[in-house]
Amino acid sequence: MTEEIKISIRKLYKIFGEDPAAALEHVRAGVDKTELLDAHDHVLGLQDINVDMHAGKITVIMGLSGSGKSTLIRHVNRLIEPTAGEVWVNGENILELDEKQLRQVRRERMSMVFQKFALLPHRTILENAGTPLSVRGLSRAEWEDEARTWLNRVGLEGLDEQHPHQLSGGMQQRVGIARALTSNADIMLMDEAFSALDPLIRTDMQNLLLELQEELHKTIVFITHDLDEALKLADHLVILKDGAVIQQGEPQKILLHPNDPYITDFISDINRARVLRVRSVMVPTREPRDGLAGEVDHDANLESVIALSGGDTTLSYRVIRKGEQVGVLSVKDLVRALVPSEASDEGVLSRAS
Amino acid sequence: MATYDSLFDTLGLRDWCDAGSSSAPMSMADLIGQAGGAEPEGSIWQLPFPSMDALNDACPAFPQSREVTRGLEDGFLSIKDSLSFVLDPLTQPLSWALEGALWLFDTTPWWIMIPLLLLVVQLVTRSAALVVFVAACLGFLAFIDYYSYAMDTLAIIFVCAFICVLLGVPIGIAMSRSDGFQRAAIPILDMLQTLPTFVYLIPLIFLFSVTEPKLYGIAIILYAIVPVIRLTNLGIRLVDKQVIEAADAFGMTARQKLWEVQIPLALPNIMAGVNQTIMMSLAMVVIASLVSAPGLGVLVLRGIRNLELGVGLVSGLGIVLLAVILDRTTKAALARVNSTHQM
Repeated sequence: MTEEIKISIRKLYKIFGEDPAAALEHVRAGVDKTELLDAHDHVLGLQDINVDMHAGKITVIMGLSGSGKSTLIRHVNRLIEPTAGEVWVNGENILELDEKQLRQVRRERMSMVFQKFALLPHRTILENAGTPLSVRGLSRAEWEDEARTWLNRVGLEGLDEQHPHQLSGGMQQRVGIARALTSNADIMLMDEAFSALDPLIRTDMQNLLLELQEELHKTIVFITHDLDEALKLADHLVILKDGAVIQQGEPQKILLHPNDPYITDFISDINRARVLRVRSVMVPTREPRDGLAGEVDHDANLESVIALSGGDTTLSYRVIRKGEQVGVLSVKDLVRALVPSEASDEGVLSRAS
Repeated sequence: MATYDSLFDTLGLRDWCDAGSSSAPMSMADLIGQAGGAEPEGSIWQLPFPSMDALNDACPAFPQSREVTRGLEDGFLSIKDSLSFVLDPLTQPLSWALEGALWLFDTTPWWIMIPLLLLVVQLVTRSAALVVFVAACLGFLAFIDYYSYAMDTLAIIFVCAFICVLLGVPIGIAMSRSDGFQRAAIPILDMLQTLPTFVYLIPLIFLFSVTEPKLYGIAIILYAIVPVIRLTNLGIRLVDKQVIEAADAFGMTARQKLWEVQIPLALPNIMAGVNQTIMMSLAMVVIASLVSAPGLGVLVLRGIRNLELGVGLVSGLGIVLLAVILDRTTKAALARVNSTHQM
């Protein structure tokens, strides 16, 4: 990719315990997480993390609980100090900043959305949304309009004077997002932002986020344990296990070429037809071909192509991007792509139907 | 021949023992021993614990146990003058505050004072039922001519509780920010809370004149300040970690965090501490009447001293009524704070 790299994490280690520096030597010498805990009584939080996050994209960090994903995101704004490594944001190493500079970065360059919302319960919705600006020392008159604009943007008109406890979980998280947007920072850290919400509201919030992103192009770091959510939101997907990155890249590629049994397990349960896109499965070619049954967009998901073909596997389609042919997709290839790396034939039938 | 003679002999301290003999005055036990004549040669069942007095029997140069209390006393008396030289001017404002409050509560006519108190209750609690209840209680106390005593007690409590909050909240905040300070402070708070209340008065009587209000003021404050310190500390430590993290993530300074997040979120706990502090100062104000604190306590004391059953019981009831009024009012205020603080 050629886009500007906004956040770059280099060789990051985090070890919890009494003497992390000594434990770090063991880890570099090849001691693994379980052994470190048993023999040296230190917990390995993160090991050798190298991730680049591109400006204006959503980077999703996914892993099960205990994989270190929440620890990782807290290194970006240095809520947690690493044991070793570098975190570059806009070409500045966050770890070399003094307290005042760090506060400046937290106030103006990045904002954060929390799993349990973390709103101030004694303040009104409007005051909560205005927090990032009032923290900078702006007067109420100066931040009020900005806060109200973003509250309206996330769909919370006319609730200015309510308190957080009067709102439902989904609405509280909307306030959390409005608060993050009010800061006008170009980096947004979202720590399991939607995990505490029920499924329908979660889908709403994901759509809201994508809609906002379309318009604002923030650099978003999103933490989740939910693969469907990760695949829906991610431009770049990072999969963590036991504090280490086991695969990262474009979600479609990870889905088609998992490089670890752990990931294979992870992706075996999802609806591949809905997640995979035509562009990931097609044969790229610009040469016109005869006998094609029709045209499909390169970004359409496979489910829609199956519906279009009526289940006829002999058909092939022209793949179009901005009015031009970019490839050809045969329904046979499509069906083959639906087979997860280690799933049985029966699984394919039930998935494809 | 005393039990532990041989101990001093084997240690070779006999000379030292005899050199210092007969300096200590006789104790009652010695007198009885002399009158009783020969002491029985003890079996193992009568072996005395090697206490200071038992060792003194064997070796007259060894100090008796009463030297401990006397030493403490002498020590205190020797630093007393310099201590009161420092403490007297420091605590003088307390005397002024108490005198001022007592004067204010005594001279304000009842037809201003009672409505004023009711207005305060209304503003703090916004509960009409409570205002009626407080009016009934105060009316009853005034009707049986206990009004001025009750007002004296209230004046003392207002001043002392106010000072407790003024000092206790910052101490609690300091404790919440430093684990070391918390470890050091907790034993002191435990001691203040468990020390028998009369014991506070003894050193204070030596330090200050009994006619000065600050004497009982200090006793009340020392006793009643504990809950507000403890609950402020606890309240701030209990503030949701996620909210603190959010405050950090948005770049709040330590001061902004304290004033805009920690104290407001700890307010329900701090208010519970204030409620307890008021209740405890009310308990202490009765004992403080031993050292000239005016108010209902004086009547309780009169009831005990002169066995005036009626006076004792009625003034006791008066204290209960004041306690109920103060408790309900602060609890209602607490409930109002709580209602805006739920998550």
